[in-house]
Amino acid sequence: MNERVAIIGVGWSGYRPVSPELSYKEMTYAAAVKAYADAGVDPRKDIQSFVTVAEDFHEGTSIFDEYTPDQLGAALKPMHTITGDGLHGLATAFMMVKTGQFDIVALEGHSKASNILTLPEVNAYAQDPVLNRPLRLNTHFVAGMEMNRFLFETGTTIEQCAAVVQKNRRNALRNPKAAFGADLTLEEILSGPALSWPLGKRDMAEQADGAVVMVLVSESVARQLSDKPVWILGIGWCNDSPSLESRDWGVLPYIQKAAQMAYRQAGFRNPQGIVDFAEIDDTYSYKELQSLEALGFCQPGEAGVLTDDGATDIEGDLPVNASGGSLGMGHLLDATGLVRALEVVLQLRGEAGLYQLEDVNIGLAQSWRGVPTTSGAVAVLAN
Amino acid sequence: MTMRKVAVVGAGMTRFVRRALETPKELAWQASRMALESCELTLEDVEAVCLGTAPDSFDGIHMNGEYLSDGAGAWRKPYMRSYVGGGTGVFVPIQGWYHVASGLFDIVLVVAEEKMSSYYPHAQAAFITIFDHTTERPLKPNLLWIFALEMNRYMTMYGISKADIARVSVQHKRNAAHHPCALLGDANITVEDVLNSEVLAWPVQRYDVSPVSDGAVAVVLAAEHVAKRLTDKPVWIEGVGWNLDTAHWTNRDLVYPRYVEYAARMAYEMAGIREPKKEIHIAEPYDPFDYKALHHLEGLQLAERGQAPQLYIDGTAALDGNMPVCPSGGLLGVGNPIAAAGLMKIAELFWQLRGEAGGRQVPGQPRRGIAQAWGDLMQVGTVVIMGR
Repeated sequence: MNERVAIIGVGWSGYRPVSPELSYKEMTYAAAVKAYADAGVDPRKDIQSFVTVAEDFHEGTSIFDEYTPDQLGAALKPMHTITGDGLHGLATAFMMVKTGQFDIVALEGHSKASNILTLPEVNAYAQDPVLNRPLRLNTHFVAGMEMNRFLFETGTTIEQCAAVVQKNRRNALRNPKAAFGADLTLEEILSGPALSWPLGKRDMAEQADGAVVMVLVSESVARQLSDKPVWILGIGWCNDSPSLESRDWGVLPYIQKAAQMAYRQAGFRNPQGIVDFAEIDDTYSYKELQSLEALGFCQPGEAGVLTDDGATDIEGDLPVNASGGSLGMGHLLDATGLVRALEVVLQLRGEAGLYQLEDVNIGLAQSWRGVPTTSGAVAVLAN
Repeated sequence: MTMRKVAVVGAGMTRFVRRALETPKELAWQASRMALESCELTLEDVEAVCLGTAPDSFDGIHMNGEYLSDGAGAWRKPYMRSYVGGGTGVFVPIQGWYHVASGLFDIVLVVAEEKMSSYYPHAQAAFITIFDHTTERPLKPNLLWIFALEMNRYMTMYGISKADIARVSVQHKRNAAHHPCALLGDANITVEDVLNSEVLAWPVQRYDVSPVSDGAVAVVLAAEHVAKRLTDKPVWIEGVGWNLDTAHWTNRDLVYPRYVEYAARMAYEMAGIREPKKEIHIAEPYDPFDYKALHHLEGLQLAERGQAPQLYIDGTAALDGNMPVCPSGGLLGVGNPIAAAGLMKIAELFWQLRGEAGGRQVPGQPRRGIAQAWGDLMQVGTVVIMGR
């Protein structure tokens, strides 16, 4: 193993439900310029390699990596695309620096979800073409089944899931980057339209457009360039069965394994008392609870109780999604995990503004790639 | 600080065919199983999986990497899919390399799968969506004709004849006659056959192009201490390089692939190679079209600009020449299931450098080889140097 790896520059643009006057290239450029200025690096001279996360069908372009270099200043540079979540991209840039072959690597993720007219149909195309597609399963229907199983196995209630929505959307009111801040009563959340029982429409994160860019460097470069590096203590990722028929529905073994991998690198087994706050997957309300349990912050069945008790509020012992999460900020397709990691970085640098947490040293970011995948990643960051 | 050395310790591949009956998952699994069996490992030993496959539109599956994950052996394992278009096949071992070189993993399975026949009636139609949605797609461009532009530019600039370029196709298809997985091996093909084949988009004729195919290839990578335990004949990844040029391909001078040169220079520097022409013993440049092999040999600094046809004329590139080119038979001979075809070149170097290439074994116990792929809008080069 080589030097430690730090994030020394971050930039973002967005996040908004629609952005008709901007292309994804313009949003990416805006985020990149901020990140490079933040890190004090020149993409043409200093950055040695670039990583993007993107999926062809989200972009409406085959071989989308063709269109990634120009807006990042990456033309004629070593650049590649990972068809994964932003945290998979973070893991990739992390590994590249760890090899010792690269000192400065840039990472980009974006969403132009508002351009996709048929997102439910696109998502349904991720299902097994032989076994599942003929059943015409809607994405939210699959999520509803998972939620039902999770509630059944753990005794979690629909009201506890609604409490997640209430918390995250209230948190979002303090975050100027968040598009879906709202002060809702549990009654208002529970009485919303149904998607696929027990999943309601207000349990689901709406889509948003935006871009995030980060600059990762080796320890020696971090010491030269930055007085506020954020260190990657550990990063893990994992896949479970892609098949709907042969996976666990109540628990998330892939998040458990990804977390164990990240914790092992960071040098601890149990995050309780070590990790100060978390920015985790809340694509659907119940996912935040299910993920908290898989991450080892509590036993199965306890996450809903913790939420009811206010332990995951901004003022709680373990603030979760203080930024507003995807429910409050919008879901940014493949960039979602990168948004979570960015929020952890801002908290650790003390730059989170109205939702800044006090005395935080270690934060966790976690993501899931959405229905029908069993793909997730976990990163532990520290200042 | 020294970098961790990474070795290829096993390889496997399916036959390349026009229409496979297997699903994409099954193809990926067949190659993975053969690669693991070749080095007497099981899935239990694999710590992480890297997957390469070209556009999702071929399989018609959104997030195709997720769909293929269990076929590639990634159940409950760290798994990622990397992507650089046509260059993916030689990039995915680079992805495997940084997985191991980072110190995070000791044994990584690298899998490349492509099933182009699912796209009915012909995969060519999928390529319309690779072009810019505003400036190019309305023109309904076709890959054959943009490469015809490039081939024409190359021929015109250096005064190269169609017959000299056809030698590439002939030699690669003849080499492939010895490859048990090949789709288009032909020991008796001649330059006349190529020149008399159907014109697709002048100057590109049918035998100038590799076939649309289905297939999968897998290799196993290991860290030094593990590789030495697993095999007496590890083949080391000595250098890696990749480079992506601007998306504005219409602004590029198509006569020379600068992005391949930059990728090659990155790999040569890492491998400590100063004189590629002397130090590279086998070359597997990317050859989806016959002129592309020439183009890439120049980008790889293995021939002067405009001089690559000479390697085929004077026999340097022959199986028993000083620097055999595409002893596997290349994409022109073995077939072109896009990502799998690139990884096939890595598998070929592995077998050649271990002396296990059977009827197409290069004589003289070659010590070092280079594999390269290319893709996107005539835009990306990926290079791996392997040695024993």
